[in-house]
Amino acid sequence: MTTSVGNGPSRAPVTSTFTDAHLPRLIEVWLLLASAVMSGAALLLVGFNPAVWAVATAALYVIAIGVSSRLVENARKANDRVARALVTITFLLAIVPLVSALWTVLVKGIGQLSWSFISQTGQARFNPTTLEVTRTPGALQAVVGTFEITGIATLISVPIGLLAAIYLVEYALTTSHLRRVVTFLVDVMTGIPSIVAGLFAFSLFTLVVGPKAFSGLSAAIALSVLMIPIVVRSSEEMLRLVPTDLREASYALGVTKSVTIIKIVLRTAIPGIVTGIVLAVARVVGETAPVFIAASFTDNFNADPFNGPQQTLAVLAYTGYKFPGKDIAASNQEAWGSALLLVIIVILFNIIARVVARIFAPKSR
Amino acid sequence: MSKRIEVRDLNVYYSDFLALEDVSLQIEPRSVTAFIGPSGCGKSTLLRTLNRMHEVVPGAHVEGEVLIGGNDVYAPGVDPVLVRRQVGMVFQRPNPFPTMSIRENVLAGVKLNNHKISKADSDNLVESSLKGANLWEEVQDRLHKPGASLSGGQQQRLCIARAIAVSPEVVLMDEPCSALDPISTLAIEDLIEELKQEYTIVIVTHNMQQAARVSDKTAFFNIAGAGKPGKLIEYDDTDTIFSRPSVQATEDYVSGRFG
Repeated sequence: MTTSVGNGPSRAPVTSTFTDAHLPRLIEVWLLLASAVMSGAALLLVGFNPAVWAVATAALYVIAIGVSSRLVENARKANDRVARALVTITFLLAIVPLVSALWTVLVKGIGQLSWSFISQTGQARFNPTTLEVTRTPGALQAVVGTFEITGIATLISVPIGLLAAIYLVEYALTTSHLRRVVTFLVDVMTGIPSIVAGLFAFSLFTLVVGPKAFSGLSAAIALSVLMIPIVVRSSEEMLRLVPTDLREASYALGVTKSVTIIKIVLRTAIPGIVTGIVLAVARVVGETAPVFIAASFTDNFNADPFNGPQQTLAVLAYTGYKFPGKDIAASNQEAWGSALLLVIIVILFNIIARVVARIFAPKSR
Repeated sequence: MSKRIEVRDLNVYYSDFLALEDVSLQIEPRSVTAFIGPSGCGKSTLLRTLNRMHEVVPGAHVEGEVLIGGNDVYAPGVDPVLVRRQVGMVFQRPNPFPTMSIRENVLAGVKLNNHKISKADSDNLVESSLKGANLWEEVQDRLHKPGASLSGGQQQRLCIARAIAVSPEVVLMDEPCSALDPISTLAIEDLIEELKQEYTIVIVTHNMQQAARVSDKTAFFNIAGAGKPGKLIEYDDTDTIFSRPSVQATEDYVSGRFG
């Protein structure tokens, strides 16, 4: 039999044992538009609200697509269409807060971003004739503090975390007690609330150095408590992904275990390890509470992480709102600016990690 | 550059499990010896005890002696790393290092063992090893491409080139063709025939025709049942094993009547 596929409106239905009735191709779009228009019109009668409108449209669309598919097509296709609509809606719901937060930070912070914001600390000026304090926003001390504190935390966490992962994967027997203990402690550490890490570092420095021993180093230690378990876990996963074949191939060439681990196992796993480390950095760079406790905060420029309070962007975003100066509007703007700057830095980290992973990735052509 | 292998009264254990019981055999230099037998009979295990690779599995240990060139591989104070430098190995699945180019793969054994090697020497070594593995013609224009860019058969020959680049005395092959197509298999079998001139070769295979084609002597292993140790049933010239074996089990296996 011939199957004629015409383009005109009068095309004959294609019939074979494999064909079945089906809705027109763009039915989803039309039903969605119809749902939006109908629910919008209904809402106009009682008072329009965009959130209610979106929910009503979604609900109406799910019902419409389900019913029309069941009438024209069959139950299996109807279920498929309803399920597809539901997962799409939940996906959109999931990204609403993300997009909303990013948008708010972008809109409110973009006005603050300028070279002077990054290159100088905030300064207040007192005008003796009007008795007003005006503030020029600046975040230099927070930018420096962020990089120093996060950098020191990374320097502490990466060697410890990576070596622990190498121990777990390459050296510990599956029956080893130490391995179980380490794995258990890593699991526990993963769940530590960040404020507890901050209190730990604060009390450690209070005991060792003395009262009010605020410093960037103290904050870095708090952050490394949070970072180490993430680095251990992600590195462990990556090392386990390296095929045993490669280790055996290396041993069979008479290569020692340590060289095999460094030159073959780590070399093969490095893209994943770098990605894991950057995710860990991105996770702690936005930590506020532990840094606030351990390093306090300051408007003064302090590049010495071993002495005196330091500021980070996350803490500045908090204090700019919670403890504003006399010029409240300027303090708030400072907070939004530093929040946006923080987001940009995290995105840059991620881009760098992707580039590094791309460079080191095993190539197949 | 080829040594005699002597296995004396060897028992191999994985923790408490006796995997291979009371094996004794002699392998002549410059010959190809095939290990055949059903899965789980311990032939791969025996192969891996010859360069102490079975120790990669925690809990594995042996009783007895393995002499290579007259020296016991299991004597106290023996460094497995030094054993493996003289006893190379090719695995079932081609496993070139994915982060290295073809050239770097060939040089891996030398470079990773921290030997300094000049540019000219390494060029020569790459060329001679790849020629030794019958791969030079196919890859000489793209030595800097990744090893993973080659076909399965080419990758396996690259692994052979990598193994012979460290000039071993013995080359062990653990089912080297089981992941390859017939044409690549033929290329590897031709290569084994050539390598025999210089190396002692031991090959594990499930392919009886392959054992008959490439080997001078054949060892047949069998296992009494699950959980029982594997045993060496018969070890003789390949022709004898395949035409008039002295043990009924061997004849059943090589003629396809087993179980």
